[in-house]
Amino acid sequence: MSATLPDINIALPNGATARRVEDEFHGDLLEISLGPHHPSTHGVFRMNATLDGEIITTLKPVFGYLHRNHEKLGETNSYLANIPYTDRLDYLASLTNNWAYVHAVEKLAGFVPTERCEYLRVILGELSRIINHVCLVGFLLNDLGTSFTPLLYSLRERERMLDLLEELTGARMMYNFMRFGGLRTDVSADWLARLKTYLEGLFARYLDEQDALLTGNEILLARTQGTGVLKPGLAINAGITGPGLRASGVDYDIRKVDKYSIYERFDFRVPLGEHGDTYDRYMMRMLEMRESVKIILQAMRDLPEGPVNDPKAKSRGLRPKAGEAYGRIECPKGELGFYLISDGTPNPYRYRVRPPSFINLTVLEDMCVGQTLADAVITLGSIDIVLGEVDR
Amino acid sequence: METLEQIRDRIAAQFGAGAVTLVTNPGPAAQHSLLLASHAARDIARFLRDDPGLRLDFCSNATGVDWPDKEIVETTKTTQPDPAGGPAKVVETKTKRLQPGCLEAVYHLYSMALKSPAPVIIRLRTVNRTDDVTLPSLTPVWRSCEFQEREIYDLYGIVFTGHPDLRRILMWDEFKDHPMRKDYVSPDDYEWEPTPHDDVLERAKAHYPAPSASTTQTPEVTK
Amino acid sequence: MSIPATTSTSSSLPTPPPAGISVEDRESMRKQGVLLTSFNEIYNWGRANSIWPLQFGLACCAIEMICVAAARFDIARFGAEIFRASPRQADLMIVNGTVTKKMLPQVVRLWNQMGEPKFCIVMGACASSGGPFKQGYNVVKGIDRYIPVDVYVPGCPPRPEALLNGLMEIQKKMREETLTGPNAPRYFRKDADCVYPVPEYGGRDLVPPHNPKVWKPAAPIVRDAKA
Repeated sequence: MSATLPDINIALPNGATARRVEDEFHGDLLEISLGPHHPSTHGVFRMNATLDGEIITTLKPVFGYLHRNHEKLGETNSYLANIPYTDRLDYLASLTNNWAYVHAVEKLAGFVPTERCEYLRVILGELSRIINHVCLVGFLLNDLGTSFTPLLYSLRERERMLDLLEELTGARMMYNFMRFGGLRTDVSADWLARLKTYLEGLFARYLDEQDALLTGNEILLARTQGTGVLKPGLAINAGITGPGLRASGVDYDIRKVDKYSIYERFDFRVPLGEHGDTYDRYMMRMLEMRESVKIILQAMRDLPEGPVNDPKAKSRGLRPKAGEAYGRIECPKGELGFYLISDGTPNPYRYRVRPPSFINLTVLEDMCVGQTLADAVITLGSIDIVLGEVDR
Repeated sequence: METLEQIRDRIAAQFGAGAVTLVTNPGPAAQHSLLLASHAARDIARFLRDDPGLRLDFCSNATGVDWPDKEIVETTKTTQPDPAGGPAKVVETKTKRLQPGCLEAVYHLYSMALKSPAPVIIRLRTVNRTDDVTLPSLTPVWRSCEFQEREIYDLYGIVFTGHPDLRRILMWDEFKDHPMRKDYVSPDDYEWEPTPHDDVLERAKAHYPAPSASTTQTPEVTK
Repeated sequence: MSIPATTSTSSSLPTPPPAGISVEDRESMRKQGVLLTSFNEIYNWGRANSIWPLQFGLACCAIEMICVAAARFDIARFGAEIFRASPRQADLMIVNGTVTKKMLPQVVRLWNQMGEPKFCIVMGACASSGGPFKQGYNVVKGIDRYIPVDVYVPGCPPRPEALLNGLMEIQKKMREETLTGPNAPRYFRKDADCVYPVPEYGGRDLVPPHNPKVWKPAAPIVRDAKA
């Protein structure tokens, strides 16, 4: 060893010699396994990283620790029985999962939801987006090392919204609320009025509070700006969707592109980032929450009267004609799609979930290599994954 | 946006008529797809991505489908005149034929540049389900297939040639089966329910061949 | 620590009172500011009110566990707010979510790494029995096939109040433990084996498929169809 590193022993002024430890290990790489039990991996995600000092040289994600056979079970269940299972995909925003699934089944079976149902779905879907982004902001700041405090603010708001949803659906997290061509129940005017009061009052105050406290915060800027940069070309090729894609400056929002449901009737903007770094991804969420509030308020203003269920739609014992359909919506994390093949029996022949969280992780290594390990944690936090959806 | 027939004709003009077939979808969604021959699939994929009229730069979804061997019974009815001069008989002849199964990889393509709302669907099929299960990987064309093709390999057992890192992704490395195949039999470990019934009861009986009266509670059945 | 044989009520009390003093006397003295206690009682009182759970998230139920730790439900009221990421520092494992076969060796290893005395709450249907994912090929049909469980909290996911109730059941269990005698907990017994074998990944399933020392399949209640 001394032959290759002759200066490993250094003479001290008092005549003694000391060994330079950093030279002894110079160039050695450290392999660490982060997860599946790790407080900052958002569940049971695992990364095998190779570190040169504190700098990441390679990073391989390892999946499957929450692989609970969603697709296999989906092929043995009836079409209706799959709706509660979709709740458990992305368990922070269950209603959009419901929506994506019923959207795909409606394409497969040719149902058309009623007008009132479409408006209510938009309201509930955007509310889910708000809940998801509120949580994301809290968890992201938790990953930054703020030790639970911003998360307390986020969960305070989440509890208030969950109270409303619990009153409507009877559950705190797993709503099981959407049906083919409709919803399980109608929504009362009183409930809508309280939602409006909340969004215009307490929630608007929360957004301003969060912006004042954090968006311009010097520590947040120093930690997040310039870290985890994702270039737009790579983002498109790797199939990144959702706020992570738009933070890189690619204008692609399925609400605007597909014009599914009734989104073309609302006036809202799609926020776009410039740098594709963690700060831009954080800002996408903050801005999207304000846009979602705008959409909900417009939908409440225009909400028509009428039936909430398509009378021709059949939920129980549904046997769609043989064929296949791919339906996708813009869920809070990106493009959530369901690919269904029917062979005319009560169960789907093939039931495939296109999970945004899973595919958004494709570029995790590209975003993290060359950065410190601490930045990899917040980069992962800003991608916004939920393991129920990653592993299914 | 071109129709799928136009895309098919352009592919056929460039890569030969045998390289592409149109697969129609009889359902109300009417999302038809293109079946590509595996030898030309990666070149066709590159063409779809780079062609200025299509620019399908976003491969949204890649998934596998298992089509097991299927026995098809065809019934043909023929009318035979009665030699005795009576009314003609209708004779049904049943012919059985075995439709060989295959594994299929399905890709849903969109264009982010042109903001196409409808997908262009391409399919690739293996020769059979047992020994010839290779397909060309499309990961060199679209990076988004990387993990999804690993998932197809893990759950269906399609081997993608040219994939940079083809390993199991969801199950552990030592796992032997491909659990999403239709003929997969899961480990026999969930039927120990306190009150099994139907087919679960049949499987439970295998574990308890002779339930003696002392260990088995037989609740009174009320009618 | 001797149990007075005369009082018949002592068996239902959480801890036996000091010899020679009736329960009523002790309660009235406590109201006067004189605390009479046994070592057993004060030891359990301290343990039950400073439980450190393992910070450990598996699936959907983990979100509800975080809600329990947050302001509205506030697990700190029960002295259990210090979630430790290291199993060496934790004494309560809340198995909150679906345990898959791929995750199970890690869960058992975490349980082995926790120091005694340790407790286990199973939160939700998945961890209790497999829940809605029971028929999945990669889902463990209940964590109680591998490690001992103290309290089951049903629900999918359980409400935060249900988890708090589960925590209170653990506290009750702690207060009822005696340090000596035949009812002493397992970590005071010399014959108790506190290391649970970690299963290995096999070709089709985990090896072994369950820990026979902890769990035995229950005999099924077979309803005779002809009856």
